[in-house]
Amino acid sequence: MTALQEAAPRDPRDPRDAAAPVSGRREALHFALRNGKLLAGAGVVLVLLLLGLIGPLTIDAPPNEYVGPPMQGPSPEYWFGTTTFGQDVFAQFVYGLRTTFAAGLLGGVVASLIGMVVGFLAGFRGGLLDEILNMLTNIVLVIPTLAVLLIINAYLGIRSVAAQAIFIGLTSWPWAARAIRAQTFSLRGRDFVDLARLSGSNTWKIITREIAPNMSSYLLLTFILLFGNSILIASSLDFIGLGPTEGVSLGLMLQNASQWSAMQLGMWWWFIPPGAGITAIVGALYVANVGLDEVFNPKLRET
Amino acid sequence: MRRYFGRKLLVYGLTFVVAVTVNWMIPRFMPGDPVAGMVARANVSQPAAVEAMKQYYTGLFGFDQPLWRQYLNFWGALLHGDFGISIWVFPTPVSDVIMGAVPYTLGLMIPSVLLSWVVGNRLGAYAARRKLMDNTVLPIGYVLTAMPYMWLAVLLAWGLGVVAGLFPIAGGYSFSMQPNWSAEFLLDLLHHWALPFASLFLVALGGWAIGMRNMIIYELESDYSTYLAALGAPHRLIRRYAFRNAVLPQITGLALQLGVLVAGALVTEIVFSYPGLGSLILKAIQNQDFFLLQGTFMFIVLGVLAANFIIDIVYVVVDPRTRAGMAGAQA
Repeated sequence: MTALQEAAPRDPRDPRDAAAPVSGRREALHFALRNGKLLAGAGVVLVLLLLGLIGPLTIDAPPNEYVGPPMQGPSPEYWFGTTTFGQDVFAQFVYGLRTTFAAGLLGGVVASLIGMVVGFLAGFRGGLLDEILNMLTNIVLVIPTLAVLLIINAYLGIRSVAAQAIFIGLTSWPWAARAIRAQTFSLRGRDFVDLARLSGSNTWKIITREIAPNMSSYLLLTFILLFGNSILIASSLDFIGLGPTEGVSLGLMLQNASQWSAMQLGMWWWFIPPGAGITAIVGALYVANVGLDEVFNPKLRET
Repeated sequence: MRRYFGRKLLVYGLTFVVAVTVNWMIPRFMPGDPVAGMVARANVSQPAAVEAMKQYYTGLFGFDQPLWRQYLNFWGALLHGDFGISIWVFPTPVSDVIMGAVPYTLGLMIPSVLLSWVVGNRLGAYAARRKLMDNTVLPIGYVLTAMPYMWLAVLLAWGLGVVAGLFPIAGGYSFSMQPNWSAEFLLDLLHHWALPFASLFLVALGGWAIGMRNMIIYELESDYSTYLAALGAPHRLIRRYAFRNAVLPQITGLALQLGVLVAGALVTEIVFSYPGLGSLILKAIQNQDFFLLQGTFMFIVLGVLAANFIIDIVYVVVDPRTRAGMAGAQA
C-alpha cells in the first residue's frame, strides 16, 4: 500500500507544474481522455460507486433483514445468494459499498486536510515549527495505526461509520504530510513565491494562492492514495470486530462470513463478493492514480 | 553517525512515551465511565455485588488517586513488566498470555515479511523495462497489493484448505497433539503455518515488486546509467548498479510498512485461528478484556520500534553515506 507512494520519487525541481494554468488544464484533459489506466481505473470506481448509490434504492428490505431461505447459492432471485440466516448477500453488498465508500472518502478527506496543514506549514515556515511538526509526523508515522485504532475503538465502542472514518483520518496522515512538506520546501524558494511575499501576502494567502495550486496534481494523487488506504484500514477494523455496530459494510460482511464459518460450509458466495469489492475499489484507485500521474507528469507518459 | 542514531532514538523514545500516554489516557478521558461499563457488562443485579465490583475496579485502575499519581503508577507498573491480570484467562498475568502468543506471530511475520521483500524486489527489478514481464508483474502486483489481507487468507483457506483439503485451516497445530519437540509435531506445526504464511507473503509481494520496478526505471534514467551505457558497459552491470541504488528507498519503505504488515498479520491470524497476537486481540475484544488489549498494544508498539531500529542499523551498514555523516537517510 504505502510502498507505492514512497517508491515513486520525484525530482522536486521538476518544472512540470509551472505551465500556464489554462493550456495546462486543457493539455491534462487531452491526455486524461487518452490514458487507458486512468479511464479503466476511474471506470471501475465509478461503476461501483453508482452501484452503491443506486443499488440500495431498488431494494425494499433493510440489508440485515432475514428475507429469504437460508444458505442458498446465487439464484435469479438472490443474485449473490443468502447467508446462513437468509439475509440477501446482494443487498448487503450494495449497502456495504455505500458504507465503504463513505468511510474511505471521509477518512481520506480528514487525513488529506491534516497532512496538507502540517506539510504546508512545516515546509513553508521552516525553522522551529518545522522541527516540531516533523517530530510529530515521525512519531505518528512510527506508531502502528491499527494498534492505536484498536484501543480507541474498543474503549469508545464506535457505533457510526463517521466516527470510525474520522479516527482513521486522524492516524493515517503522516506520510502525506511528509510528502507535501518536501514539495512545499522545493517551491518555497521560487521567484513567484518571493514576489508574493514581497507584495505583503500573509502565509495563508501564499500557501493557498501560490503554493497549493502549483502542486494541485500532487495533492490529488495523495488524496486518492489516502482514500484507498482508509478503505483497507476500515475493512481490517470491521473484520476484527471493531466496526460500526449498526448497518453493514464490506468488512463487516467478511467478518460475519468468517464468524459463521462460511468457508467451512462452502458458502463461497458469502465471502467472495465483499473481498472482491474492496480489492476492485482499491486496485482501481491505484491504477487510476498511476494513470493520473502519467497525465500530469510528461516524463512518465508512454508515447 | 552518532547524530543520526541520536535523532532516531529520540524519535523512538518520544514515540514510546506517546504510546504509553495514549494507552493511559484512553480509559480515563474517553466519554463514558469504564468502571460502570465493565460492571454493567458483568450483568450483576445485586446492589451489594455491584458496589463491590465498582470498588474492585476503581482500586484496580487506581482511580481514587490524583491523576499525576495514577500516571506515575502506570509507568512504574509498566517498567516492572506488569500489564495487569487478564480477565479472559483469569488469573493469568497479561504478560504471560502475550508471551505465549508472541512466538507464533513472530514465526509467521519474520519469514513472510523478509521473503516477500527479497522476492518482490527481485521480481520488480527483473520486470522493469522488460515489456512482457512488466505486463504480467504489474497488474498482478496491483491486484495483490489492493487485496485486504483477510480476504486472500479466506480465499486460500477455502480453496486449498476446504475444497482441495491440502492444508488445515484452523489453529497453530492439531488439537490432538501436545506441543513438544518431536519431528511429527514440528511437521504438523509447519503444515498449519503454510497457509497463513503464504497469504501474508503474497499480499506484501505485490507492493514491493511495484515499488522496485518504479525505482529501477527511475535509476535507469539517471545520469550515471546513461554514462555507463555510453561507455559501453553491459546492461547487466548497469542494472546491478541500479538495483543497489534502488534498494535503499525500499529499506526505508520496509520501515514505513511495518504498521501495515503487523495489521495484516493480525487479521490473517484471526482468519486461521492461528494462536498469535491477532487471535489474542480478538479474544480480548470479545471478552472485553481491556488489560489484555492494552498489553498487546504496548507489545506491538515495542516490537515495531525495535524493528525500526534494526532497519536503521541495516541502513547504516548498507549505505556508506550515512556512516560518513553525509546526506543519506532522512531522520
